[in-house]
Amino acid sequence: MNAIELRGLRREYGERAALRDVGLRLEAGESLAVLGPNGAGKTTLLRVLATLLRPSGGEARVLGARLPDEAWKVRGRIGFLSHEPLLYRDLNGRENLRFHARLHGIERGAIEERISFLLAAVGMERRADDRVAELSAGMRQRLAICRCVLHEPELLLLDEPDSHLDAPGRELARELLGPGEGRTRVVVTHDPERFLPEADKVLRLAVDGSAELTEAALR
Amino acid sequence: MTAEAGPPATPVVPSTVAFRAILGKDLRAELRTLQSLPAMALFAVTTFVIFRFGLDRTSLSGDLAAGVLWATLLFAAILGINRLFVAEREEGGFDAIRLAPIDRTALFAAKAAALLAYLVVLELVVVPVFAIFFLDSAAALAPLALVLLLADLGLAATGTLISSMAVNSRARDLLAPLVLLPLAVPLSIAATGAIEPLLALGGPGYHRFGTWLAVLGLYDLVFLLVGYAVFDFLLED
Amino acid sequence: MYGKGLRPLSIATVAALVVSLSLVFFYAPLDADQGFIQKIFYLHVPLAITALIGFVIGGVFAILHLRSGDSRWDAYSYVSIHMSVIFGVAVLITGSIWAKASWGHWWVWDEPTLVSFLIVFLMYATYYPFRYAIEDRERQARYASVFAITTGAFVPLNFIAVRMAQSLVHPRVFATTNGGLPGSMMLTFLVSLLAMGLLWVTLVKFELTAKSASGQIKRLRRALDAPPSGSTPRVAPEVS
Repeated sequence: MNAIELRGLRREYGERAALRDVGLRLEAGESLAVLGPNGAGKTTLLRVLATLLRPSGGEARVLGARLPDEAWKVRGRIGFLSHEPLLYRDLNGRENLRFHARLHGIERGAIEERISFLLAAVGMERRADDRVAELSAGMRQRLAICRCVLHEPELLLLDEPDSHLDAPGRELARELLGPGEGRTRVVVTHDPERFLPEADKVLRLAVDGSAELTEAALR
Repeated sequence: MTAEAGPPATPVVPSTVAFRAILGKDLRAELRTLQSLPAMALFAVTTFVIFRFGLDRTSLSGDLAAGVLWATLLFAAILGINRLFVAEREEGGFDAIRLAPIDRTALFAAKAAALLAYLVVLELVVVPVFAIFFLDSAAALAPLALVLLLADLGLAATGTLISSMAVNSRARDLLAPLVLLPLAVPLSIAATGAIEPLLALGGPGYHRFGTWLAVLGLYDLVFLLVGYAVFDFLLED
Repeated sequence: MYGKGLRPLSIATVAALVVSLSLVFFYAPLDADQGFIQKIFYLHVPLAITALIGFVIGGVFAILHLRSGDSRWDAYSYVSIHMSVIFGVAVLITGSIWAKASWGHWWVWDEPTLVSFLIVFLMYATYYPFRYAIEDRERQARYASVFAITTGAFVPLNFIAVRMAQSLVHPRVFATTNGGLPGSMMLTFLVSLLAMGLLWVTLVKFELTAKSASGQIKRLRRALDAPPSGSTPRVAPEVS
């Protein structure tokens, strides 16, 4: 089954077409790298796939569900990592993760264990009880990564996942967000060297909203 | 652009779970930062002082008492209403909630419940102060609490609805009071209508008490229903 | 497309207005209490009723907009409210003139209908700053629809509350006028009501036509890649 199917996808902001005629087919388990200059609509595309934005036109299917009508079917099966960490500043890391866990229906009994495991996996156990406001951008990114995979999603939508991370952080990110677990991934990146080797397909977006899809040159 | 075909009757995550999670998150954040409640309470008490001098009265009863008390509570409430969705707006919280497999009206219910809680706590502090400042007896406090509770429910519904829109606008702090005050007029009429005889000089009276409570109840019902019906549309993009 | 039917509608409106004015001045009897100035009632009350119905219609269009997502309903809703607010100004002015002539004050709090109307007017007057404060075009339309629905529900609640707030010492002024309107007055009133209703519909249609035309011109300009005529953000809804 195709994890993502886009045909003639359009997304407009008033008069401006951020995305115009985007076509894409991504099979389950494949990785897609999305490249393009600033303002090409990469974040917009990711947000449409995440069901946060509705397509203005064209067809879009994510995990088998038609957008926007059946968007509710895929919520909870997507892990979204955006520019903002989506963390509440006045709560600590653990509380934030608990909140997300409950909103995604993780069983009460399993929550603590899962959170502890992920915090350890990103090296945040010691700072997990500090308010997010007190954490650096890199630490927030690590927490955001935990939040992203907390509910074991089938599809990862990652907007520049390495931002703010130091070298050890990037290693940890690679483990947690990598293609290893059979997940489908869409990665928006400004770092093709790092992500192209992992990609099965590459989508290049241009500033006028058009898109070009290619198979990755090397695996 | 069409509306979503509608989530299943039972969303993946039950609304009660979502409701408790969001309400808990809000109350925890407020308890930790105390960014709204102390300000609201201080504002109210200072306003009482201003009224004392503005009206040149050291004791109030009947219509003046009802007016001063209600107007002050209403303006203090607006301070809290302005802050209600700020965390969601600034920290990407709207996204977080919209990504979750929940019925989004749970957000409306949770925020309204949080606002109701703030208003009740505010009144628990401020009404006794009002009584000490201006009233002769505490006989009316129990029925007064009932009237205020019903009025708070109406404010919680309309405040949550308007605040969720104002937070996404340019003139953020201005918009909620602007739209909310006229909207709160029927509520104010009913609340002060019921409170005025309660605070009469000779002792609490109950002239048309039941009718005013009915109007309050009607207001609450209408706007809770409106909020419930339209909130989903507010969170679309 | 919007302009179709505008001419016959305008003619009908003018005719109705002429008939109504004739009736008011030459047919309706002089009121025993208030004399000539009472005739402003034939202007004031129909304007008020039309405005209120207009607000409700705006709310209905808003519901249709939310359910269908079609921005045309939003334009209808906006124009309906817009026109009713303008009629509302006229209601308040005529009400004030009538109050001054009847009781010597430019404003009276004793007339619950007038007071209710003031509050409704203040409520809908916030529609504009509210709408224009929201930048995203689609979101602005959605929020405006929510506003129109909320305020639509507000109108009856408001009338109930204000009516109840009237103390029983001051009876409704209109009771003396309305209770048992003689036939000739009733006829004049109904014709005036019809004329005001037609006027409202005509003006709404006119505004929608004008918006549609300017919208089409803008689109043509864009298609021809003509330089933009101005960079101020358009805030009123476009009509396609």
